[in-house]
Amino acid sequence: MKALGLKGKTMEDMTRRDALAFAAGLVAITVLPLPVLAAEETAMDEINKFVGGGEAAESGRVTLETPEIAENGNTVPLTVMVDSPMTADDYVKRVLIVADANPRPGVATFHFSPKSGVAEASTRMRLARTQNVIAVAELSDGSFHMAKSMVKVTIGGCGG
Amino acid sequence: MTMTRTRIALLSAVAAGLVVSGYAFALPEGVDTIQVKAASKDHPLDELYSGWHFRTPETQALQEDDFENPGFLWVEQGVDLWETADGSEGKSCASCHGDAAESMAEAGAAMPKWNEALGKPVNMEQQINLCRSERMGAKPWKWESSELLSMTAFVRNQSRGKPVDVQVDGPMKPWFEKGETLYNTRVGQLDLACSSCHQNYYGQSIRADRLSQGQSNGFPTYRLKWQKLGSLHRRFKGCMSQVRAEPYKVGSDEFLALELYVNWRGQGLPVETPAVRQ
Amino acid sequence: MAKSKPRVKAPKKADKGEVIAIKTLISHKMESGQRKDKKGDLIPRQIINRFTAKFNGESVFEVDIEPAISANPYLQFNMRVEEAGEFEFIWEDDDGSVYTKKQKLDVT
Repeated sequence: MKALGLKGKTMEDMTRRDALAFAAGLVAITVLPLPVLAAEETAMDEINKFVGGGEAAESGRVTLETPEIAENGNTVPLTVMVDSPMTADDYVKRVLIVADANPRPGVATFHFSPKSGVAEASTRMRLARTQNVIAVAELSDGSFHMAKSMVKVTIGGCGG
Repeated sequence: MTMTRTRIALLSAVAAGLVVSGYAFALPEGVDTIQVKAASKDHPLDELYSGWHFRTPETQALQEDDFENPGFLWVEQGVDLWETADGSEGKSCASCHGDAAESMAEAGAAMPKWNEALGKPVNMEQQINLCRSERMGAKPWKWESSELLSMTAFVRNQSRGKPVDVQVDGPMKPWFEKGETLYNTRVGQLDLACSSCHQNYYGQSIRADRLSQGQSNGFPTYRLKWQKLGSLHRRFKGCMSQVRAEPYKVGSDEFLALELYVNWRGQGLPVETPAVRQ
Repeated sequence: MAKSKPRVKAPKKADKGEVIAIKTLISHKMESGQRKDKKGDLIPRQIINRFTAKFNGESVFEVDIEPAISANPYLQFNMRVEEAGEFEFIWEDDDGSVYTKKQKLDVT
């Protein structure tokens, strides 16, 4: 709610009773989450497989749009755009999306064709916690380009 | 209600934000405003805000576009169900009610409503199931089933943009008072009442979350957390579990009374069903 | 939801050479295979694993979908219009079900 100009206030007029109840709730919540399971395959593994010995450059040709803060990790909007004329001999073939702290890093692979007109796609993804989302594009000339974006995933009020 | 200095500052901040922020007035089609003045002086709130106001731009945008809003998957299922005959009488909803756009234009804003035969109020889910069992000779749908959610959302969606207008006097009065008492009664290990958060601290943060006024005008609502549409009573249950209380049952008299009271707290806010929330 | 139902929003008419946006949504729980039921047993994965958009039989846009795509998967993409014809959108489910939707496009 940045646009409404409302900053989180300290609950200065909260009663002592409320404050204790909140504190108790917070303690209960902080001990609940289980340790994050180690990913079987890391995001790096996925990217390496995708580029197959090539190298992905952060060249600025890939733009990844994600919210800075996601209200809920279950539905996080994502748009990826790659700067390309999308003609028969110069186009974007594929774009891999990975999330580096999900239990399984793979999110999706978009396959474009010159018929796509522009190399742009949007979807909604699940993020288990605050992490980097990485997009790697493979162009028809065999080059790879990437972009990275951090999404903070918040946990709701009373742990919900 | 005594107004603290914090509250006055907060309200002016909200008001100022409304004027300067570009997206605040880009409302879903058919919805005129999401913020209204309380109808009566004895209302516990001065200004009523749809929960839409307290969400991030991404969540707001999801609700604004009727195609991108996943809640419409349920509304669309409701379109089909409205026309589908079921039960021993061979009737569909349309057999009696015809075009829902006309017959249900007001219904979604006026529930729960007094039912003389039962001697108690019924809400939308209960009314749909009464029609099924009494007029269609069909089995009532389970609460929170895909069918009951779809039909509830479809019918309420016909009233989108209409101001919430529930009756709280006459025979409804004791139910309203029961709802008001429930709203203000502290429960659970966290010892919180609905009012502890949604009356006293709306607009402020509870951990990373922004507390809303707990308005009900967008239900059934697509919650990102649920990844599906859900009923108001499901939301009530969730709130109660989170304050570590033993929740009442969906469809219980307690939740019915609470629904009546909460709807009244949003009297005048336009129906938004299906809303999208975090 | 009981049965998956696709929704598509694409223009019915476009100019030759115009790049049009296409939005699709399908009702699906996208069970990730990571969740456990009340007894502690893993709930088996069941997702839409592939989406294909064809125009006049030719592929325009395809997606390999992982369990990290949200329930009721939403996809938006584009197509450069060269000729009139018909879209075919195809969603493939882990359980073998295939959901399709067709839509015509006129060129002005």
